[in-house]
Amino acid sequence: MHYLLMIYDDENMAMSETENQAILAEYEAFTQSIVQSGHFKAADRLRPTSTATTVRVRDGKTFSTDGPFAETREQLGGYYLVEARDLDEAVGIAARIPSAKLGSIEVRPIWAMNA
Amino acid sequence: MAGSCLEEVWRRHAGEALATLIRLTGDFDLAEEGLQEAFAAAAVAWNEAPPANPRAWLIAVGRRRAVDQIRRRIALRARQEVLASEAEIDRQSAPIEPDDDEVAFGDDDLLRLIFTCCHPALGLEAQVALTLRTVCALPTAAVARAFLVAEETMAQRLVRAKAKIRAAAIPYRTPAREVLDERVEGVLAVIYLVFTEAYAGDPRRSLAREAIDLGRRLATLLPGRGPIMGLLSLMLLHEARRPARFDAAGDIVLLEDQDRGLWNRTDIAEGLALVEPALKAESPPSPYAIQAAIAALHDQASSAAATDWRQIVALYSVLMRIHPSPVIELNHAAALAMVDGPLEALQRVDALAARGALAGYDVLPAVRADLLRRLGRAEAAAAAYREALAQTRHEPERRLFLRRIAEMGRMA
Repeated sequence: MHYLLMIYDDENMAMSETENQAILAEYEAFTQSIVQSGHFKAADRLRPTSTATTVRVRDGKTFSTDGPFAETREQLGGYYLVEARDLDEAVGIAARIPSAKLGSIEVRPIWAMNA
Repeated sequence: MAGSCLEEVWRRHAGEALATLIRLTGDFDLAEEGLQEAFAAAAVAWNEAPPANPRAWLIAVGRRRAVDQIRRRIALRARQEVLASEAEIDRQSAPIEPDDDEVAFGDDDLLRLIFTCCHPALGLEAQVALTLRTVCALPTAAVARAFLVAEETMAQRLVRAKAKIRAAAIPYRTPAREVLDERVEGVLAVIYLVFTEAYAGDPRRSLAREAIDLGRRLATLLPGRGPIMGLLSLMLLHEARRPARFDAAGDIVLLEDQDRGLWNRTDIAEGLALVEPALKAESPPSPYAIQAAIAALHDQASSAAATDWRQIVALYSVLMRIHPSPVIELNHAAALAMVDGPLEALQRVDALAARGALAGYDVLPAVRADLLRRLGRAEAAAAAYREALAQTRHEPERRLFLRRIAEMGRMA
């Protein structure tokens, strides 16, 4: 079985540089441990919700809106990790996901690890 | 060069120069700082000899300042990265001489900037703020004043918008052909919002002129498009009435009471010339083109009574069919009052109010109040004016409603 472990936290939580470093080190150690144990498939850190764009397709038209605006009756049902030149290309791909016609697709950039 | 002259250069060239600098540097902030510094330098340098092409001068100097700015960041970043940025800027651009007569890429860059600022992945408020700040080169304080928010709030909004452009990689590019129509609609929505905000508000505001200027530039950059010509025409035909829309005390004068001799004939001529091409550009015509045709009928009439109200009602009917919206229904009802009388119109407005689709929209109680006033039902009219008063955000409208409430009190 494959499982997606979804991380929810308060992105606005104030953290000192020391606390931040400590948490990053913990993540590093955790990731290494599940890589070694053979459980690891993939992981990424998402940029904050202020960088999100929600894509919906209705009547064949694509609607992009600023922010993560999933309806409360919509739940996370899957994901694609894609490489795209820029947001327009990413939105174009998101609009082709079949569920874009019924629900919504949140497009969120990922932190590049060397940034 | 005199200060007013510099100001004129800024107004004419800042948007284009910034657009090109953003493309060259790939960074809004770097481009803005570069342009600011170039402009400061111009104040000194142009005293002796103003350049033949001020825009090329600003771009050349602005680019140099942007590169200087990158150099100053050396302490914070690896030197290699800085050199890469410099090389990237040079790679993307032909050499620019400050005295070049032509800078060919200015228009394309401006279009790119407009589409980036009006990108649907940004909130509408952010799109408007960014467009006014960058394309129109308005100071942050002026943008803040126009939207009745504190300068810090507006500055924050701009910072957030630019951060999203960077983080989410919103492209600096004219959209692909297959989505161009949709994206143009988005740009027009921003321009129209700037215009209507100015239209309803303070009579001294120049934002309406900024919106018209944006419309003109867009019409030049993307010629032959019905919605663009339609919106430009619509704005001109409405703006033409501004000199008559307010009295000496700054109070609103309604269309029927306006001194039509004060209307701006130059605006009307420019607007009228666009109506037909806008209507004929596509089928069915763009809603903006139809609204322009309606405005044209008002602007061509010598008085409210001499207006072709039947034709206006017919145009609103077309508009309701191709672009159904409760706001259009309300306008249709208001025009119908001039043909079939206020009672017939009132029934439609009441039905519209009962549906609740326009809850919180101050124009609905204002139209209702007006119909009730014309039917001589002073008390009901006063109640409706009070409702409109509670919902409006604009000072001149507040005063108009207060005046009407007082009149109704005398009538009752």
